[in-house]
Amino acid sequence: MTAYLLRRLLSLSLSLVAASLVIFLVMEVVPGDPASFMMGINADPQAVAALRTQLGLDQPLPLRYLGWISGLLQGDFGISYTYRVPVSELIAERVVISLPLTLYALALSTLIAFPAGILAASRRNSASDLSVMGATQLGVAIPNFWFAMILVLVFAVNLRWFSAGGFPGWEAGFWPAMKALTLPAIALALPQASILARVMRSSLIDTLNEDFMRTARAKGLSRGQALRRHALRNALIPVLTIIGLQFSFLLAGGIIIENVFYLPGLGRLAFQAITQRDLIVVRSVVILLVFAVIVVTFLVDLAYAAADPRLRRRRT
Amino acid sequence: MTVLSISGLKVDIHSNTVLHDIDLTLEPGRILGVVGESGSGKSMTALSVMQLLPHGSRWSGSIKLAGTELGTLDEPALCKVRGRDVGMIFQEPMTALNPVRTIGDQVAETVRIHTGASRREAFSIAREMLDRVGLPEDRFPLDRFPHDLSGGQRQRVVIAQAIALRPKLLIADEPTTALDVTTQAQILDLLRELVREEDMGLMLITHDLAVVAGLADSIAIMKDGAVVEAGPTREIFRAMRHPYTRALFSASAHVPDRGRKPESGKAPVLAVENVVRDYQQPRRNLFVKPPPFRAVDDVSFEISHGENVGLVGESGCGKSTLARSILALDGLQGGDIRLNGHVFSSAGEGPHPELRARMQVVFQDPYGSFNPRHRVRRLVTEPFHLVRDPPRGAELESRIDRALTEVGLASSDADKYIHEFSGGQRQRIAIARALIIEPALIVLDEAVSALDVSIRAQILDLLAGLSDRLDLSYLFISHDLSVVRAITDRVLVMKDGKIVEQGETETVFRNPQHPYTKKLVAATPSLEAALAAPAH
Repeated sequence: MTAYLLRRLLSLSLSLVAASLVIFLVMEVVPGDPASFMMGINADPQAVAALRTQLGLDQPLPLRYLGWISGLLQGDFGISYTYRVPVSELIAERVVISLPLTLYALALSTLIAFPAGILAASRRNSASDLSVMGATQLGVAIPNFWFAMILVLVFAVNLRWFSAGGFPGWEAGFWPAMKALTLPAIALALPQASILARVMRSSLIDTLNEDFMRTARAKGLSRGQALRRHALRNALIPVLTIIGLQFSFLLAGGIIIENVFYLPGLGRLAFQAITQRDLIVVRSVVILLVFAVIVVTFLVDLAYAAADPRLRRRRT
Repeated sequence: MTVLSISGLKVDIHSNTVLHDIDLTLEPGRILGVVGESGSGKSMTALSVMQLLPHGSRWSGSIKLAGTELGTLDEPALCKVRGRDVGMIFQEPMTALNPVRTIGDQVAETVRIHTGASRREAFSIAREMLDRVGLPEDRFPLDRFPHDLSGGQRQRVVIAQAIALRPKLLIADEPTTALDVTTQAQILDLLRELVREEDMGLMLITHDLAVVAGLADSIAIMKDGAVVEAGPTREIFRAMRHPYTRALFSASAHVPDRGRKPESGKAPVLAVENVVRDYQQPRRNLFVKPPPFRAVDDVSFEISHGENVGLVGESGCGKSTLARSILALDGLQGGDIRLNGHVFSSAGEGPHPELRARMQVVFQDPYGSFNPRHRVRRLVTEPFHLVRDPPRGAELESRIDRALTEVGLASSDADKYIHEFSGGQRQRIAIARALIIEPALIVLDEAVSALDVSIRAQILDLLAGLSDRLDLSYLFISHDLSVVRAITDRVLVMKDGKIVEQGETETVFRNPQHPYTKKLVAATPSLEAALAAPAH
């Protein structure tokens, strides 16, 4: 067990190092000198040169990479070229929205997908299976910005249950903040729940056809008992994989939904930084996302080991 | 009281009758052998008793389990009967247990769902049962997972959970078919002992006459969903009243007629010299590289022209790895393999493509070894990829034609798809595919193991005939000693990667020298021996 986790941790740390190198080098070859961009078109070349020195842009490549990394390790992401504030502050402001939104959407998606997938698999080819399959097909097909606008129209404009957008901040209290995140979370969760429900269904159907399910029935378990006690955990592995992927996708991939609901999230920050050529912000957001993906992958690995003893192997 | 009495049982699946008019009875402490080939309805009979028939099935007639008519019970009542009054053991022990739950948990579950015993009580019964089936606590604690156990050990766990509540009836559906002969002998002994001591009735379903002959008190022989003959074992085998019983018996003991003896003295077709095959083992520790696992350890032997050589051994002994090495599917770590005197592959060097055409292979699974989207024409001509100048046009047609007729199929079969053929026919197509390129040697890896006895007898005849006519040599790999005995001239016995004994087949089987060979031969169920033994 420990060996398995150590092995996973080592390979994930290596990916993190590799990813940081790639991100750094890509940012180097991207056209546009941040210093001249910051000073404007009519800047004095001497002033630009001075700013370059100040930003450390004139140092050799390896040194700058090491400087960047050691800064990251101390939580120092550098200063934004456009906003002139520490990048870590910018990111922190956004993470407190994007992370809860992602978790909220993921929770909703799981809560919808599990019962739907289980229902569909246990009553295969029945009316309930067909409706779940139909609904999920629709859920994958509907563009989520359109669905988000419909949600706004129905629940914000007509029913006035929710506000149409914006975020009051966590200072306003837990419930108002959660309320502001509810419609965006639903809009994000719909396609994810549809995909997850389908994965759950097919994984469970495969498991239900396994020999050990027949053994369980021969022991005297009813169909429902056999499903709960023997099929679910075995069916979980592919589902966990998808949940892990969805988390990484939602964390930064919510930009369209963030725009629809005027949420100042990570996706919007990255988008703005790209248009303003604020490379240091882009770089920081990207490395943060890579880090998040790697942490989630590790958590999914842990969950695999919990679900499947064969992955734990014997301790040596 | 009679444990099981079935009368007039009829089962339809989607208005297709799969069982008709089955009558069977079983007394406590007795063993009923249900014998038949695939599709005869023997497993369907078992599932009827379990009331676990597939979707869309309807049954009629009467099934009485210890006096209770199953037809009168609803599903919740049937759940109470399953596991408590009747237990079942399945063919495939590797997949019959839930991989994510411990063995103790799974045995205890039978107890808990039926008796409402506490966790502790259930676990103590589970412990007792595992001890009972020969899995002692020091080596098999309750918290082990199925993947830590071998096939035979897993089958013992399955047995333990089936007998945990001492059911009146135990159904075993091909319980030893997936196991090695020595393990089979142990599991059969265990079943016999349990039946006698616990006074259970055992319904033993098998395709293997030799297994039931040595074990069952009475026998029912099934064919096409009906019982063709039933009665006390010895009487059935003595009289053999029904023609199908006779056919089954002679197919089981079939020895193909082999006209010609292989000529010796010429250069061997295949020479395997000091072959070593190592596998890298998975790392357990991050910093220590594990030593390689030696699957084939310094193996040498030769096969002469027209000679059939058998390779026997239990699963994990390295025989399939050796076959892969001979076929040059894996690289060697030592030694070399020569074909007709030329080096075919050696350590650190891959196979020579032209030589590859001289050696072909037939695998066990007649269903998985063909691409379902290709016609037979394309399937059998596949080996021509190996030659630089493959035949075309009329020449190609005549080669396809010849290969198919050699194996007893029609030329018109070339344009069919593989799903249009039965298992036996598919194995013929696999042989045609091997033959078409006129190889010197065919490796037959468990090539008849998945076939019914009557089909197996036909394929063995076909192989023997081809070997005689075409001067072919075979390396015949099998776990089934009786088949190897029937078709080979010489036999190699493999254990832990080494050849422990080799010699003339009859000599080795009659008078085995190595203790391991002795054990193998003794464990193999024999029809004649079982019938010659005094009545028990």
